[in-house]
Amino acid sequence: MDVAEEARRTVETVFRMERVRLIAGLARLVRDLSLAEELAQDALVAALSEWPRTGVPDNPGAWLMAAAKRRAIDGFRRGRMLARKHAEIRRDAEEGRDTSIEQAEAAMDDDLGDERLSLMFTACHPVLSPEARAALTLRLIGGLTTDEIARAFLSSEPAIAQRILRAKKALGRAGLSYEAPRGQERKERLASVLEVIYLIFNEGYSATAGEDLIRPALCAEARRLGRILAGLLPEEPEVFGLLALMEIQASRLAARMAPDGSPVPLTEQNRARWDQLLIRRGLAALERAEALGGANGPYALQAALAACHARARRAEETDWKRIAALYDRLRETMPSPVVDLNRAIAHSMAFGPEAGLRLLAEVEHMAALRDYAPVPAAKGDFLFRAGRPAEARRHFERAALLSRNARERAFLLKRAAACDA
Amino acid sequence: MRVMVLVKATADSEAGIMPSAELLEAMGRFNEELAKAGIMLAGEGLKPSSQGKRVAFDGPGRRVIDGPFAETRELVAGFWLWEVKDMAEAVEWVKRCPNPMPGPSEIEIRPLYEMTDFGEAMTPEVAELHDRVRERTAGR
Repeated sequence: MDVAEEARRTVETVFRMERVRLIAGLARLVRDLSLAEELAQDALVAALSEWPRTGVPDNPGAWLMAAAKRRAIDGFRRGRMLARKHAEIRRDAEEGRDTSIEQAEAAMDDDLGDERLSLMFTACHPVLSPEARAALTLRLIGGLTTDEIARAFLSSEPAIAQRILRAKKALGRAGLSYEAPRGQERKERLASVLEVIYLIFNEGYSATAGEDLIRPALCAEARRLGRILAGLLPEEPEVFGLLALMEIQASRLAARMAPDGSPVPLTEQNRARWDQLLIRRGLAALERAEALGGANGPYALQAALAACHARARRAEETDWKRIAALYDRLRETMPSPVVDLNRAIAHSMAFGPEAGLRLLAEVEHMAALRDYAPVPAAKGDFLFRAGRPAEARRHFERAALLSRNARERAFLLKRAAACDA
Repeated sequence: MRVMVLVKATADSEAGIMPSAELLEAMGRFNEELAKAGIMLAGEGLKPSSQGKRVAFDGPGRRVIDGPFAETRELVAGFWLWEVKDMAEAVEWVKRCPNPMPGPSEIEIRPLYEMTDFGEAMTPEVAELHDRVRERTAGR
C-alpha cells in the first residue's frame, strides 16, 4: 500500500469509528436524518482532503463535527436568506435578531447523554414497522450500505432504499426531538429497540450454508448492537437478558449445521465446537440481568433456558427439571402456544412421557398448533417412550406429512418405522 | 474479526509497580469507550512474570522453570480480546489507548484464527479430527 492509499484508509477507518456519533449529533441539530447523513458525508470529504496533509487531529470526532457544523450553518444561512426574501414579499417585518445559529450551537453543546443512544431510539421508533426499524438501524448504526442490507434481508436494493427513505420521512413528519427518551417512556420504547436487535440476530441465525455471507454476519452485528446498548444502559436488565440470549445462541453457530448444510438438533450437536468465550460472556450477562432484578424478563428467561443447555457439557447432563421450571415461568411472562409445546417437551424430559402427554393434551387443540408438525412429532415421542408404539407410529407419520423440511421428514419416517421393531 | 491486543511488559510492570491513579482513571475511560463501541469481549491485567512459571517441552521431557523471565520486551503485562471490523480499526483503537506504562511501551495486535482461514484444507474429516482433540482437551 502506498502512502496516499494508507492515509486514505486511515481517514476512512477513523470516520467509520466516529460516524454514528456524528450522524446522531447532526440529527439532533437539523432534525432530518437524510440531511444529517449528507452533512456527515461532507465532513468525510473534508477530512479526506485535509488529514493526509495535516495528520489525523487529536480529537477527530470534534473535528468532523465542526466541519459538518460549518456546512450545516452555511445551509442555514442560505435557508435564512431565502426566508428573508419570502418575508419581504409578504411584507412581514422581521422582529429582533435571528438566533437560529446560536440556538443550533447551543443545541450541539448541550449534554443530552450519549448520541449513539439517541440514534438507536430514533431508528427504532415505534411509528415505524419492525422491518423498517431494522433496515434503518443497520444503515445508521451498523453503517451497512443499502446493497448489503438488501442482501441480508433477501430483498432488492431499490426496495430497501425505498424502505429507508420512507422511514426517514415518517420520522421527519413525526416531529421528533431525535433524543433518547427518559423515565417511563424509555422503558416502553426500549422494548422496541430490543425487538429490532433480536430480529436482526434471527435473520442472521436463520441463514443457511451457502447463502451470502452477509446474512450470518448479521448475528455479529446484532451482538455488537447489544453490547453497545449494554455499554450505554448498564442498569437495564432486559438489555443484558437479550445480550445473554444472543451470546449463548451464537456460541452454537459452528455446531448447528452438518457439513452438508442440514441443521443439527441441539441435543446432537458436537458440544466441543460451542464457543466457550461466548458462553462465558452470555452467562455473565445473564447474571447481570438477574442481579438487576430482571430474572423474569422474557429475554432473561429465554437466556436462562439457553444457559441450561450451554452449561451441560454432554446432552445427558442437561438439567431438564430446571428447564421445565423456567418454561413454567416463561409461560406466565410470554404466553404463546409454542412456549406451551416446548414446556410439555421439557416436562416430559424432566418427569417422564406421561407428564408431557398431560400438558400437551391441554394445548394441542389450539388453532395455532393445528397442522404444526412439531406437535405430532412430540406426541409420537412421548407415546413411544410411554410404551405405546402403535399410537406413536400414527403421530410420527402425521408429523412427516406436515413437515416442510425433507431432512426432518426422513427423520420422522425413520422414527415411525422404528415403532414396528 | 477477533483480535488479541497484547500490552507488552516493561521494567516497571515487571517490578510490580502499580499504575498511578491518573493512569487508572484514563484507562477506565478508555475501557468505557471500548464497551460503548461494542468491541470489547474480554480484558485482564497480568501479574509480573516473577509470579509466573513456564513448562519447557523436549520430546517426552517436561521441565518447570520459575519466573521471572528475561527478555522483558517479549513478555505480556495484559491483554484485551476485541471484535472489530478489520485490523485498521484495531490499530486506530490502540492509538487512542493511553500509554499503559509510565515510560515508553508497546502494544501488539494479533488476529485470531477463524475456521474460514483454513479454507480447503479444513475438510470435514480434518474438522472432525480437530473436534475430537478439542473434546479431549475439554476433559471428556
